[in-house]
Amino acid sequence: MFAIEVKQILKAYGNRAAVNNVSFDVNQGEIFGLIGPNGAGKTTTIRMMMDIIKPDSGEIKVMGEKLNDGSKNKIGYLPEERGLYKKMSVMDTIIYFASLKGVDKVTARKRGEEMLKRADLLPHKNKRIEELSRGMGQIIQVIITTIHEPDLIILDEPFSGLDPVNTQLLKDMIRELKNRGKTIIMSTHLMNDIEELCDRLLMINKGRAVLYGSVAEVKSKYRNNAVLIETKGDLTGIEGVTGITPHNGALELKLDANTTPQMVLERLVKKGIVINRFELSMPSLTEIFIKVVGDEHE
Amino acid sequence: MNKTLLLIKHEFVNTVRRKAFVILTLAFPVIALLGLLAAQVIPGMITPTTTIEKVGYVDKVGIFTQGLTEYKTELVPYAGEDVAKTALTDKKIKEYFVIGPDYLSTGLVQRYTLTSEIAPSSTVQTVIKDFLLNNLLKGNSEEVIARAKSPLNIDSTTLTAAGTPAARQGGFSALILPYIFSILLMMAIFTSSGYLLQGLGEEKENRVMEILLSSISPRQLLAGKVLGLGAAGLVQIVVWLISANFLMKIASSTWGNVIGSLQVPPEFLILGVIYFILGYLLMAVLMAGVGSISPTAREGQQMSAIFTLPVIIPIYFMGLIMEHPENVAVKILTFFPITAPITVIVRSGLSEIPLWELLVSISILILSIWGLFILTTKLFRTYLLMYGKRPDLREIIRSFKEA
Repeated sequence: MFAIEVKQILKAYGNRAAVNNVSFDVNQGEIFGLIGPNGAGKTTTIRMMMDIIKPDSGEIKVMGEKLNDGSKNKIGYLPEERGLYKKMSVMDTIIYFASLKGVDKVTARKRGEEMLKRADLLPHKNKRIEELSRGMGQIIQVIITTIHEPDLIILDEPFSGLDPVNTQLLKDMIRELKNRGKTIIMSTHLMNDIEELCDRLLMINKGRAVLYGSVAEVKSKYRNNAVLIETKGDLTGIEGVTGITPHNGALELKLDANTTPQMVLERLVKKGIVINRFELSMPSLTEIFIKVVGDEHE
Repeated sequence: MNKTLLLIKHEFVNTVRRKAFVILTLAFPVIALLGLLAAQVIPGMITPTTTIEKVGYVDKVGIFTQGLTEYKTELVPYAGEDVAKTALTDKKIKEYFVIGPDYLSTGLVQRYTLTSEIAPSSTVQTVIKDFLLNNLLKGNSEEVIARAKSPLNIDSTTLTAAGTPAARQGGFSALILPYIFSILLMMAIFTSSGYLLQGLGEEKENRVMEILLSSISPRQLLAGKVLGLGAAGLVQIVVWLISANFLMKIASSTWGNVIGSLQVPPEFLILGVIYFILGYLLMAVLMAGVGSISPTAREGQQMSAIFTLPVIIPIYFMGLIMEHPENVAVKILTFFPITAPITVIVRSGLSEIPLWELLVSISILILSIWGLFILTTKLFRTYLLMYGKRPDLREIIRSFKEA
C-alpha cells in the first residue's frame, strides 16, 4: 500500500490550470520531495492531498482510502502559510491543536513537554506565542504537526525563514521521524535540501509533472556525457573528447556520443597520464532544475 | 470529543476570557446601577427646607379670606400692594401675589419675587391653586374640594372582541419593554457576530487557518465558530436579563408606579428567545461569509456594515410599526430575514401578531440561515486560504457554482 496515491489530478482557477494531470505515488517510510519553482503548483497539490481544496478531476488516496476524519488524524501537515494564535501560551497551543487531532490533554502535555525539551524550548512553555522569536514559533509549529504521532507528515517549505541553527534542528527532526518509520513529504524550491534528505522526488513546473523518480535515477537521467579528472598531465589530443573546462579545481572532459567514460579512462592510462581523481560528472539537482525549467520556458 | 464540540468550547472560552467581552457584559448592569444610585442619592443631597416660607397675597376680589398652611408655606394677607412690596423688600416674605379685581373672569394672578426663575416652582403653584380652590368652593364638603383638586385618576382597560380583558394592555410598558429588549437583542447579536468576524480575520492574518483546516472540515469550522460564539452571546444576554431583574427591584423603590406597570407577556419572552437565536445565527453566518472573503479583520468590519445597518431599520420605523401594524411595509419588515428579529420584538409588545405571519417569518429565517450556511461553507473552501486581494462579486458567484 502506498502512503499516498495521486491519480491525474487537475485543478483550474479560471482558465489557468494550477495543477494539470499530475500523478505520483509516495511509498511508506520514505522522504518524498516535491520540488518546483515558485507558483509551480506545489502548494495547490498539497492542499488537494489534505482535502482543503477539491480537485476538479482525478483521485487521491491516503493510506489506501479517501481522506476522512479518521485518516486526517494520521497526517501531520505544516502549511506554507503558517502561524499560531498570538495570545495563547505555548502549552495551550500545543494542547489545543493536539486535541483537534484526537489526542487527549494528558498525553498532549506529556509529549509536548518531551518535544519542547528536545528542542531546548521547555523554559518557554508558559510564554505567549507573540513573545517567541519567529524561528522558535516555527519549531513549535513542527511540534504541533507531529504531536499526534502521525504516520504521514507533509511539510510545505519547512525551512523557509529558519536560521542555520534551526534549519539543522529541523533536519535532524525530519531524519529522526524517518528512522521511526514515518512517511514524509516535503516541498521546497531548494534543491540542496532534496539532495540531502529525500529518497524520491517529483518536480512540477507550471502545474505539470516534469521529473519523477528516485534522486539517483533523476540525476543519472540528466547525466552529462562527461568525466571529471584531477591530473597534472597533458590532456591534449585525446580521441573522443570534444572540450575541456575547469570545474572546481578539476577538469571536466566533454565526450562525444560514441565515447563512454570507460573508453576515455583506457586511453588516458595508455598515454601514461597520472590520474589523481576520475569520476562521472553528475549534474546537481540545481543544474537539472534550471535545465528543465529553462527548457519549459523556451 | 467530537471536533465540532472542541471548536465550540475553544471559541466560547476564548471569547468569554476576552477583556472587551467582560467589560461590555458588565458595563450595562454597572452603568444602570450607577444611574439608579445617582437617581436615589442626588435628590437626597438637596436638603428640603425645614423652615416655613411666608408668601404674601393681596386680594382685590374680596372672597379669598380662608388662609392656608400646607407644603411648609404660610400665606399672609396684605391690605394693599405697597405694603406687600415693602414686606418683600424687607425680606419678611419670600414672595407675594395679587389677585386682580377681574380674577373671576380672567383667572389672572400677578406674582412678584426677588429671585429670577425659569418657572414658578410646582410647590408654589400647588399652594396658590389649592388656596384659590379652597376659597372658590367655600361651603362645599371637604371631600368635594379634595376631588376638585384632583378630579381625574384614569384607569383604562383594553377588551377583546369577546369582552374579556386583553392580554396586551398597551401603555408605557408596551413601549418600553420592546424598546429595551430590541436594543439588547441588537447589542448581543452585534457583539457575538462581531467577534466571529474579528476571529476569522485574526486567523487569516495569523495564518492559523490552514493548520485548522488540516484537522477539521470547513463545515466543522463554521459550525464550531458560530455555535461557540453564539453560546458566549447567550451568556451575555442571560447576565443582562438577570441583572435587569435585580436592577428593577432596586428601581421599583424609586419609581415604584412606573416599574410596577411593566409586565412581560410570556409569549413575548418566548418570541424574544426564538428571535435572538435565529437573528444571531443569521448574522453569524453572514459575518462568517464576509470574514472569509476579507483579507484582514479591519476590512471585514467595514464590509459587514452592509448587513448590520439593515438590522436597525425597524428602529427607524418604530412609529409606523406601532401605529399601523397591519401596513404592508410592516409585513415586509416582518418577513425580510435581516429586519425580522427587531420588527417582531417591537410588534409583539404592542399587539398580537397573526400566527401565520410569525410562521412565515420564522420559516424564511430558518431557510435563509440554512441556505447561507451552505453558501458560506463554499466560500470558506475557496477563500479562507486566499490572502491579499478581495474577490469581486463575479468571482464569488462563480465559486458558489464550483465549490
